Amino acid sequence: MSDETQIPELGAIGLVRYFWRQLTSMRTALVLLLLLALVAIPGSLIPQNAQNPMAVSDYFEKHRTLAIWFERFSLFDVYSSPWFSAIYILLFISLIGCVLPRSFEHLQATRALPPKTPKNLARMEHFQSWSANGNELEIAKAWLRAKRFRVLESEESIAAEKGYLRETGNLFFHISLILILVGVLIGGLFGVRGSAILSQGERFVNNATSYDTISFGQISKENSLPPFTIKVDKFVAKYNTLTSAPEDYTLYVTTVAEPGATPKQQVVKVNSPITFGSTRVYLQANGYSPIVTVQDKQGNVTFQGPVPFLPQDGNLRSIGAIKVPDGDPQLGFVSSFVPTYERSTNQGAISVFPELLDPKLLFSIWQGDLGLDSGVPQSVYRIDTSKMKQISLSSLKPGEFLKFSEGTITFEDVVPWVNLQIVSDPGKSYSLIGGIVAILGLLASLFTRRRRIWIRVSAGEVQVAGLAKNGAPGLAIEMSDFVAKLKGN
Amino acid sequence: MSAQDWAYISNYAIYSAMALFTLAFFGHAYETAWAVRTPIASAETQGNLVAKTFDNSRTQKAMRIATAMMILGFIFLLLGVIARGISASRVPWGNMYEFSITGALAFTGAYLFALRKYDLRWLGVLVSFSVLLTLGTAITLLYRPSAPLVPALKSTWLVIHVSTAIISGGVFLLANVIAAAYLYLDNMETKGPRKVWAQRLPSLDALDQLSYRLVAFVFPLWTFSVIAGAIWAESAWGRYWGWDPKETWAFITWVAYAAYLHARVTVGWRGRRAAWLCLLAGSTFLFNYVYVNVWGTGKHTYSGL
Repeated sequence: MSDETQIPELGAIGLVRYFWRQLTSMRTALVLLLLLALVAIPGSLIPQNAQNPMAVSDYFEKHRTLAIWFERFSLFDVYSSPWFSAIYILLFISLIGCVLPRSFEHLQATRALPPKTPKNLARMEHFQSWSANGNELEIAKAWLRAKRFRVLESEESIAAEKGYLRETGNLFFHISLILILVGVLIGGLFGVRGSAILSQGERFVNNATSYDTISFGQISKENSLPPFTIKVDKFVAKYNTLTSAPEDYTLYVTTVAEPGATPKQQVVKVNSPITFGSTRVYLQANGYSPIVTVQDKQGNVTFQGPVPFLPQDGNLRSIGAIKVPDGDPQLGFVSSFVPTYERSTNQGAISVFPELLDPKLLFSIWQGDLGLDSGVPQSVYRIDTSKMKQISLSSLKPGEFLKFSEGTITFEDVVPWVNLQIVSDPGKSYSLIGGIVAILGLLASLFTRRRRIWIRVSAGEVQVAGLAKNGAPGLAIEMSDFVAKLKGN
Repeated sequence: MSAQDWAYISNYAIYSAMALFTLAFFGHAYETAWAVRTPIASAETQGNLVAKTFDNSRTQKAMRIATAMMILGFIFLLLGVIARGISASRVPWGNMYEFSITGALAFTGAYLFALRKYDLRWLGVLVSFSVLLTLGTAITLLYRPSAPLVPALKSTWLVIHVSTAIISGGVFLLANVIAAAYLYLDNMETKGPRKVWAQRLPSLDALDQLSYRLVAFVFPLWTFSVIAGAIWAESAWGRYWGWDPKETWAFITWVAYAAYLHARVTVGWRGRRAAWLCLLAGSTFLFNYVYVNVWGTGKHTYSGL
């Protein structure tokens, strides 16, 4: 042996071990937790692609340069960004690294007996002594057992401990967080989520082409969609006559669970979706679809059907676009629809109530190139009129028609539309179980007190003492009960 | 009685509660100011340093009256909230006005409940002032006539999710007030002995413990509220978690308090650092309530503004 101080070399394994220790340390976990809260903030202030893609494209138009930088740092997709993922993955690795060893330790400790009674009880908290009667140990044992303490007996003393549930709850809480994350992952990998706008009277067949938007999880397959159909029979919306605030939405549908099954009448409401196996169908938004027929100069029908319009305010003034690509020239009707018409001096046509009291369709007619072949995706509610020429401006009530230079437009009727959200999330039950266990674990770990009580009877003297871990309160009361029992009061 | 009568009763009850809290405020303010006595100038004191003394024997009565006013105010506020619910035949948690009056109720309730065990009456000025401020904003800026719920809110989960969120909020804010008092007094103590008026306030240790207990007590409830919200979101919006601004900030609050609990229980933070962390976590809750409700976008737009 040399006299030099030996500096242990870290080496590769040592380095890995060092980083593992650092990562699983409580301080690191704490920093990661606070960091996670911090990096979640931008997603609530900057519009997000996942929540509001329209707002993101607006942002691009208004603040071009800033938006490009935001895009580079995934600030429009905060919750799926590399940096957000990195932090929560590190946090969960740290959590697993912390919880697993503790779980094994605790599992072994579940059958362990409390440590032996310390030699010098007088130095412990809640210490009391008095002269013995002789049967104190038996009384103590019975009392401690009745209170479900774990008891280690020796010749002249008893050591008892209670409150293992604290650590059990703590571990269950942390493990359940992992379960919640697993549920989220399963949902992301195997889930399917889409939405479809249906006008009253239309039928939805559950395959990928029927959707307006649909996103599949990384592993889910297109042919996994359950083959149900939903026919929108009727949609009823009730509004407060004073405030125009919605009071009730009810959607009546006829569903067929699979080809050949008997049709079923069902009701969908905002808070009560209908279910097909693991897929649920939710009522989301609604609005009005004017039904229009467009004919060319020869009287041939070039367009017919309901066109969903996008509501703009609480009284359902809505905007929409009727696009007739099959005519020559192509026609476009830049339109707005008001369910209860009123003329305002500065805003033009407005709606004063969301129900159909005095419906009116207002539009300008454009001819030229709709730009549908350009390959750039277009809004179904708007028309790009840059290559078009306005030829007329008018308004119609249901049943009326208008002849213009290129043909006729008839406003047949108006029906409501509904936006159905169709979701299959096979992971959600795991998350739910995780959530419930988390709360139970949390309650157990925050409200269980871990404490030890000792009693020794030797040389005609009874000595008792107690120790509460984490400075938990209430032991003083328990000790005085214990002492009273021993003294026979 | 008609729905309108109940709506009037609710409004009158809220106004009465405000009057009572104002009385409570003056009672506490009088008590705080007059309990400190400066000796009357005499030949002896001439040219010497005059030591102020604390003597609340004369102001005890004011303090008792103030607390009685606080209890009465609580009762009237409770009546106001209940009548508001009856007038709209639903739970009174449909818009921000209603969230605010219920929040004020929860906050007062938390204070009065804690009062049974701890003598917190020194906090009275602060508590009555915050309650007045909340109710005042509610009545002047947030008031909306009593109306039925929008369809998205028609769910049993409204009762469960919103009530637990409001109660958690009330307790979090109380913990915040106490943490702030801690920091203030800690600052005072580093400069020397406490000023006379502050001498009867609890010790720093007691404040530290109290704010921790409040958080530890209410954190599971907040967790429950978030999970109940997730269950409701699943049945209303088709997903249990969607990073809606309100959800995001609820998550941030949760994570911040989780960090606080870990810092205290596992790492052993006490005192200043813990108090700052507590304040930080509490302010995320406030931010969620004010910013996301009023200026925020997203699906939780029920403020009625």
